[in-house]
Amino acid sequence: MKRVQFSHPYLPYLFLLPQMAVIFIFFYWPSAQAIQSSFYLEDPFGFGSTFVGINNYTDILSSSEYMRIAWFTVWFTVLVTFFSLSIGLLLAVKADAILKGASAYKTLLISVYAVAPPVAGLIGVMFFDQHIGPFVKFAALFGWDMRIGINYYDTAIAMITIAVWKQIPYNFIFFLSGLQGIPVSVREASAIDCRSGLRRFWTITLPLLSPTAFFLLIINMTYALFDTFGIVDTTVKDKAANNPITLVYKVYMDGFRGNDLGGSSAQSVILMIVVFVLTIFQFRFLERRVHYN
Amino acid sequence: MKKYIDHLILIIGVVFMMGPVVVAFMTSTHDAAEIHMQGLMTTWGGHFAETYDEVLFEKGGFTGQVTGLAMLKNSFILGIGFAVGKIVLSMLAAYGIVYFRFRMGVVFFWMIFTTLLLPLEVRILPSYMVMSKLHLIDTYSGLIVPLLASATGTFYFRQFFKSVPDELLEAARIDGAGPFKFFIDILVPLSRNMVAAIFVIMFVYGWNQYLWPMLMTTDESFFTLVRGIKQILLVWVGSQIPDYNQAFALAVLAMLPPILVVIIFQSWFIKGLTESDK
Amino acid sequence: MANIQIANVSKTYAGDIHAVKSVNIDIADGEFIVLVGPSGCGKSTLLRMIAGLETITSGTASIGGKIVNKVEPAERDIAMVFQNYALYPHMSVYANMAYGLKNRGTPKAEIDARVKEAVRMLELEPYLDRKPRALSGGQRQRVAMGRAIVRKPAAFLFDEPLSNLDAKLRVSMRGEIKQLQKRLGTTSLYVTHDQLEAMTLADRLVVLNRGEVEQIGTPLDVYHNPASTFVAGFIGSPAMNLVNVEITGQTIAFGDQTISVENRTLPQGKSTLGIRPEDLRLAQDGSGFAFHVDYIEELGAQRLVHGHASGTPLTVTLSSEVALPEDIRLSVLAEKLHFFSAETGKRITA
Repeated sequence: MKRVQFSHPYLPYLFLLPQMAVIFIFFYWPSAQAIQSSFYLEDPFGFGSTFVGINNYTDILSSSEYMRIAWFTVWFTVLVTFFSLSIGLLLAVKADAILKGASAYKTLLISVYAVAPPVAGLIGVMFFDQHIGPFVKFAALFGWDMRIGINYYDTAIAMITIAVWKQIPYNFIFFLSGLQGIPVSVREASAIDCRSGLRRFWTITLPLLSPTAFFLLIINMTYALFDTFGIVDTTVKDKAANNPITLVYKVYMDGFRGNDLGGSSAQSVILMIVVFVLTIFQFRFLERRVHYN
Repeated sequence: MKKYIDHLILIIGVVFMMGPVVVAFMTSTHDAAEIHMQGLMTTWGGHFAETYDEVLFEKGGFTGQVTGLAMLKNSFILGIGFAVGKIVLSMLAAYGIVYFRFRMGVVFFWMIFTTLLLPLEVRILPSYMVMSKLHLIDTYSGLIVPLLASATGTFYFRQFFKSVPDELLEAARIDGAGPFKFFIDILVPLSRNMVAAIFVIMFVYGWNQYLWPMLMTTDESFFTLVRGIKQILLVWVGSQIPDYNQAFALAVLAMLPPILVVIIFQSWFIKGLTESDK
Repeated sequence: MANIQIANVSKTYAGDIHAVKSVNIDIADGEFIVLVGPSGCGKSTLLRMIAGLETITSGTASIGGKIVNKVEPAERDIAMVFQNYALYPHMSVYANMAYGLKNRGTPKAEIDARVKEAVRMLELEPYLDRKPRALSGGQRQRVAMGRAIVRKPAAFLFDEPLSNLDAKLRVSMRGEIKQLQKRLGTTSLYVTHDQLEAMTLADRLVVLNRGEVEQIGTPLDVYHNPASTFVAGFIGSPAMNLVNVEITGQTIAFGDQTISVENRTLPQGKSTLGIRPEDLRLAQDGSGFAFHVDYIEELGAQRLVHGHASGTPLTVTLSSEVALPEDIRLSVLAEKLHFFSAETGKRITA
């Protein structure tokens, strides 16, 4: 903190008041409500609710449907994270290596960051569209009858492709700024010590990028878990029936379509715990692994 | 040789990233029947004016009640309102935390910090219920204010304020500046670049909100462009020849402003992104 | 203009870390006082307590006869120059200087006149509209000075203001500060870790060590009569040689050698002998003590000879004229010997 600070009886409270008010009303209150209603069963006709203990939780965790969605979410997260990280890294390394046109490439590669997930989903869906989608036509050349929104796996592939596409710019930006943060002297020293560019990448560049990579790993997992809502919603075209969906989408479905307040809240709480663990893990791990700053 | 491979990889990357955006725009300039027969377009179709005119100014289109222009306006209100609100709230809060010695400082800090742990998506239903209790459904404040309940901006400014040399405050105190004067005369002007950077990030973030506007607005006059995407999908289901051109035009309208902001303010954007995120 | 009194001032952090231990200094009106000591000796803390940027744990600080312990920094009628200048980066040179006056409600015309005057004095006229980042280090330093001058304060406080400048600029700015202070006659308190800067600037020096005053005095007084081994080693460059000796009668023994001294009474028994490098001479025809030369630093007019005598490392300043063999003999000037208590390190006055 600062060497010198103001001390004043009420001013600091005044400065924090707007932020704290917003947080209390729109964060703490709903979060508390979520936890509370996860222990209640809401009457479908709105005649009050009954306390059911951890029944909502046991129902969820013993439901095969929930487990199937959970597994899909895990796979979805792993694949999206893996592909968007590796493509982002590849492009960043290449953009860092060249001299001519680097800024043009950079501009073109980061622009998609600004596309909203559902818009990305909409464009993606068009590319996989039954009538006009080039990807479907391309797949047909190999005898693959792609049916997005009908075939479970085809929909999953489209969903993952779109989610990866949308996330590459983010990873690209961070990897590139991480690469450019490696001091020139270190690069020069490594160029003197090691002739093979590939070896240099594995032994010097990548370890120095590891804090960035780890940070991005967590961010990408959070992205795949939560921020892809719009992509999922557009890809399944509002019809979740036999389509793959993620856990967040399930919370939304059960809460707003199914009117299952208790179940949806319990799912929220489960997700809260997942995010909580991820974040704690991130802080613990980051502290230990940062090479330089 | 290696240089050419590098360029080749980057060009493939650019085509993969920008191709869909360009194709979306090109396709939006053709008419619907043409698209239906020939698929996505990579060439200029010549129907630009009429398609965009229809999407922007004619009620009907997808929703029956709201024009593209009205949605564009709402998107700007959400994007700018969110960014400004975020900056004001978080600057004030960060100022309180960094520059004042008071007992509750640490408690407040951790309370704000906790909001980083739980994204809005996991608490949508209870948030929605709180909003309806407060009668904020279908209002701009209901759309914007709850999104402000996260700590990202506060952390960003806290980080920045901590990097401001201590001597500046000391010099200002000797020069007779109190807490308000120091904030207005010194700290806010010093933060100009930071404010610009965070504005760009937050504008894009606000503009791109989907789930929350979907829940909070049922009255179409409050729809944003991104929210409008949902309507396209609903209209589509069951229609024989969907209005591909209009769907693409709406998608282009929805992504163009944030893309332009990111490209034009690129250096601020990258600074804001790499320095702010958690 | 005002005098400053520091009476029994202490600063304690976290209950038991004593940064400053009951310091007493009386500063006369118009005097230039330099607080000098190694880093962590509490000199900056002391200055900041007088500025009002740190609270005083115990004791009192008064400016112009008024106790200021509880007075806001802005109301203490002081101006401060910081090590990193602390210029407001978004304000022009003019605005930087005017800010403090504006806050006190000084009329515009008056502000303008004062800034113009200071700017002329500091030769900053061409830069009035520039932002600090468009200025060189020396110019920024002047702006920081100007900001202090326009306030016409009762006292200037300087916190290592020259340490961010390169060596050459530091010497010239040092001269300017000295002249300016003479001309304005404003009481000044100046903190530095550079003993040369301290010597050249001060009317009186305050040597601090571990939060305590080791010695207060004029630069020459401190140089010629250091109050302790600490002061002896800190003031003067190259540093004074300090040798553990045992004295019997007129004979000083160290290692396996002895020096005989006449015309001076010596403290008997064990003590620490201090002798400045320039007070050692090449001995004539086999007198004095044996000294082995390890290496020589040529300074031009003089040379610094590093070596040892009976295992004790010593530094000697000698003229560059003569060629030196590896083994030489040295003699001392009896009146230039300093003696310090072997236990407390305090000066022994015979």
